[in-house]
Amino acid sequence: MRRRFRYRKGSPAKDQQKEPLSLRDLRQGEEAVLEKIDLPDDVCRRLMEMGFLPGTRVVAARAAPGGDPRVFRVDGIEVALRRETAAHLLLRVPHTPNAAGAP
Amino acid sequence: MSAIAGGGPASATPGPPVPPGSARPAGISRVIAVVGPPNSGKSTLFNRLTGLRQKVANFPGVTVEQKLGRIRLSDGTAALVVDLPGVYSLSPRSEDEQVTHDVLMGLTSEVPRPDTVLLILDSTNLARHLSLAASVLSLGLPTLVVLNMADELKTRGGDVDVAALAARLGVPVALISAASGEGWEAVLQFLGGSIAVPRPIDLPVISDIPKCHQWAARLGKEAGYSPPAPPLWTRRLDAVFLHPVAGPAIFGLVVVAVFQAIFSAAPPLMDLIDRGVAASGEWLAATLPASLFRDLLVQGVWSGVGSVLVFLPQILLLFLFLGLLEDSGYLARAALIADRTMAKVGLQGKSFIPLLSAYACAVPAVLATRTIENKRDRFATILIAPFMTCSARLPVYTLIIAAFLPERPVLGPLVGTRAAALLGLYALGFLAAVTTARLLKSSVLRSEKTPFLLEMPPYRMPTLRQVGLRLLDRAKVFLGRAGTVILGVSVALWVLAHVPPKAGHAPKIADSLVGTIGRAVAPTIEPLGFNWKIGVGLVTSLAAREVIVGTLGTIYGIEGDADAGGLQAALRRDLTPGGAVALLVFFAFAMQCMSTIAVVRRETGGWRWPALQFAYMGVLAWIGAFVANRVVTALVG
Ligand SMILES: Nc1nc2c(ncn2[C@@H]2O[C@H](COP(=O)(O)OP(=O)(O)OP(=O)(O)O)[C@@H](O)[C@H]2O)c(=O)[nH]1
Ligand SMILES: [Mg+2]
Repeated sequence: MRRRFRYRKGSPAKDQQKEPLSLRDLRQGEEAVLEKIDLPDDVCRRLMEMGFLPGTRVVAARAAPGGDPRVFRVDGIEVALRRETAAHLLLRVPHTPNAAGAP
Repeated sequence: MSAIAGGGPASATPGPPVPPGSARPAGISRVIAVVGPPNSGKSTLFNRLTGLRQKVANFPGVTVEQKLGRIRLSDGTAALVVDLPGVYSLSPRSEDEQVTHDVLMGLTSEVPRPDTVLLILDSTNLARHLSLAASVLSLGLPTLVVLNMADELKTRGGDVDVAALAARLGVPVALISAASGEGWEAVLQFLGGSIAVPRPIDLPVISDIPKCHQWAARLGKEAGYSPPAPPLWTRRLDAVFLHPVAGPAIFGLVVVAVFQAIFSAAPPLMDLIDRGVAASGEWLAATLPASLFRDLLVQGVWSGVGSVLVFLPQILLLFLFLGLLEDSGYLARAALIADRTMAKVGLQGKSFIPLLSAYACAVPAVLATRTIENKRDRFATILIAPFMTCSARLPVYTLIIAAFLPERPVLGPLVGTRAAALLGLYALGFLAAVTTARLLKSSVLRSEKTPFLLEMPPYRMPTLRQVGLRLLDRAKVFLGRAGTVILGVSVALWVLAHVPPKAGHAPKIADSLVGTIGRAVAPTIEPLGFNWKIGVGLVTSLAAREVIVGTLGTIYGIEGDADAGGLQAALRRDLTPGGAVALLVFFAFAMQCMSTIAVVRRETGGWRWPALQFAYMGVLAWIGAFVANRVVTALVG
C-alpha cells in the first residue's frame, strides 16, 4: 500500500530545475521523510507540535475532491494541509535522485 | 485497568501554595484545571466528574471558553473543576488556546488560579501527546496524568505500562475511559488525597520542540507503550466519504433526506402537539368562568406559545442530524471538503466549522470562531455567521412554506416542493454569507493567508446516550424559550391589544396599542407586501426570530381567526404570494436576534461590528424582500 516517493516522469521540469521536493509532490499512499519546514516561525512551531518534525516519516492520505487540501499521516495522527502549505514542508531528497525511479 | 499508579495519596506533602493574586472562593479546597490536547476527552471527563453537560463532540476545538463545575472530594471538601479548551502547547496561537494559557497562568480575573492539574492525554496517541506533558509538568503544580480512551487502545491492540510511566514522570498516572466510565474512580480518589508536586525525570527545555518530542518518544518506549493499530474503520470510511465522486454525492443525499424528513416525518408529531394544544385550550375555555383572565390564557398564552411549540419535532430532527455530524467525526471531513470554497472567498476550512454550527444557532457559532488563528478571518466569520439558517428560522420558514406551497414530488418521491423550497432558503443564506465574506475579505478585513491546519479525528460511533442527551438539552432550551420570551411577548401583546378600552370594552385590535404600533411601522414595510400584523411580528421578532410565529398566533387568536383553519389559513388570507416570499427573504437576511448581537459585541470587544452587522443585514433584508415581492407579484399576479 505504501510507496516510497519517487521522481515522476511526468514532471521533468522539476528534475531539471532541482526545485526542492515538498509534501505537495506526494501522491496518495506515498511516503517520505521530512527535511525542514520553510514557513514563518509560529506556523512552523505549530506544525512541529503536531508532529511534523525534521526526520519524521509522513504519508500522504486522501484529499478533498480536486486534491486540495490533502490529509497527511504523521506520528499516528492525520492532519489536513493545503497544497500551498504543503509546498513549504520540504522532503529529504533520496541520495541518488535519478536512480530513484526504479521501484 | 482502573489502577492508579505512583504518586499516591500516601505521601504527605503540605498543601500546594496558593499563588499570589488569586482569590480562592471560600470553602473551596482545590482549583483543578482540566488540561490536554484538543479532542482528548477533557469535557467528557469534566462532565463525569461534575455531573454537568458541557458540549462534547468528535472534532478538535469544541470547548472554547473555560467552564466551571464543583465537586465534593472524598475528604468532604469541595473543589472547583475548570474545563479548558484543548491546546497543543502552552504557547497560544488562537483565542481559545489563549484562554487555557491565561487560566493556567492566573492571568484572568474570572477564574482563581488552578493549583492542581488533570492532564488528559489520548492513550491511542501517547507518544505525541506526552510532549505536552513536558510543558504542563514544568508548571510545578500537583498533577495527575490521565490516559484516556483506554477502550480504543485495547480494541486496537495497544498497550502501556501505567506504573512505569508514573515512575518516569514522578506523578500518578491513571488509564481510564471517560466515555464508558471505566477507571474514572481513580481520578476522584486521587483528587481526594494529598497530591505531591511532580518530579519528572530529565525534563527537556520546553521551547525546544524536537527535544520535547524525543523526550516524549523515549518516555513512551520506557513505559512499554505499544501504539495501537491504525484505526481501520476510519480508513475505510474515509475511502468512501473522501472519495472524489461518492463523497459529495453521499453528503448531498443525506442533506436532502433530512430536509425531506422535516416535511414528511415531523408533521405527524406536530399534528399531535397541535391537537394537544388545541384540545387543552378548548378545555380551558370551557371550564374557566368567562373572564379577562380566561381570554388572556386562551387567546394570548395558548395561541401564542402553542403555535411555536408545534415546531419542536422539526427542530429536534435538525439537531439529531447536526449531532450525528459532530459526534461521528464527519464534521472535520466536511471542513476539509469545504476548504476550497472557503478559500475562494478569502477564508479557510476552519471557518466552516463555526458556520456549520450556526445552522443550530449563531451564538455558539460566534464563540466557536475562537479556534481561528487569524483575527481578521475570525471577525469575518463572526460577521457572516448570522446569515446561516439557524434553527430559530425553521419555524418561520416551514410555517410559510406549508401555508403557501402545496406539496408535490419534485424528484420522484424523494424530494417534494416544500423540501426543495427549504433547501433553497438555506442556500440563499449560505450565498449571502459567502458573498459578504468575499466583500469583507477583499476590503476592511483583508489579510495575509494563514495556513489551514486541521487535525482529523478518527470516526467514532455516536452513542444513543450522547445523542439522546443532546436532544433532551435542545428540547429544554426550546421549551425554556417558549416559556419565557415567547410567553412574555404573548402576554404583553394580549394586554396591549386590550388597551385603551373603549366604553368599558376591549377595542378592535386594529384600534388598540398593538394596532398603533403596527400602523407605525406599516409604511416602511408596505413596499415589501406586509400588512401591519406582520409589522408587529417583525418588531417582536427582534427579540428572537421564532417570536413572530407566537405573535401572529396571539394576534389571530384574539381576532378569532385562528379557529378558522389555524394560523396557516389566516396567513393565506392576509398575505399575497409576493408578500410571503418577501417575508421568507426578509428572515433569511435580517439579524433579528438579541443574543447574537450581544455575543458579537462581547467577542469583537465593542459595539462597532455588531452595529455595522445589524445595519448591513437589515438593509439587505429590506432590499431583498422588496425585490422578491415585486418579482413574485409580477410573475404570479
Ligand atoms: N472511545 C472513547 N471515546 C471517547 C472517550 N472519551 C471521550 N471520547 C470521545 O472523544 C471525543 C472528544 O471528547 P471531548 O470530551 O469533547 O474532548 P475535549 O478534550 O473536551 O475536546 P476539545 O474541547 O475540542 O478540546 C468525543 O467524541 C467523545 O465522545 C473514551 O474514553 N473512549
Ligand atoms: Mg472540550
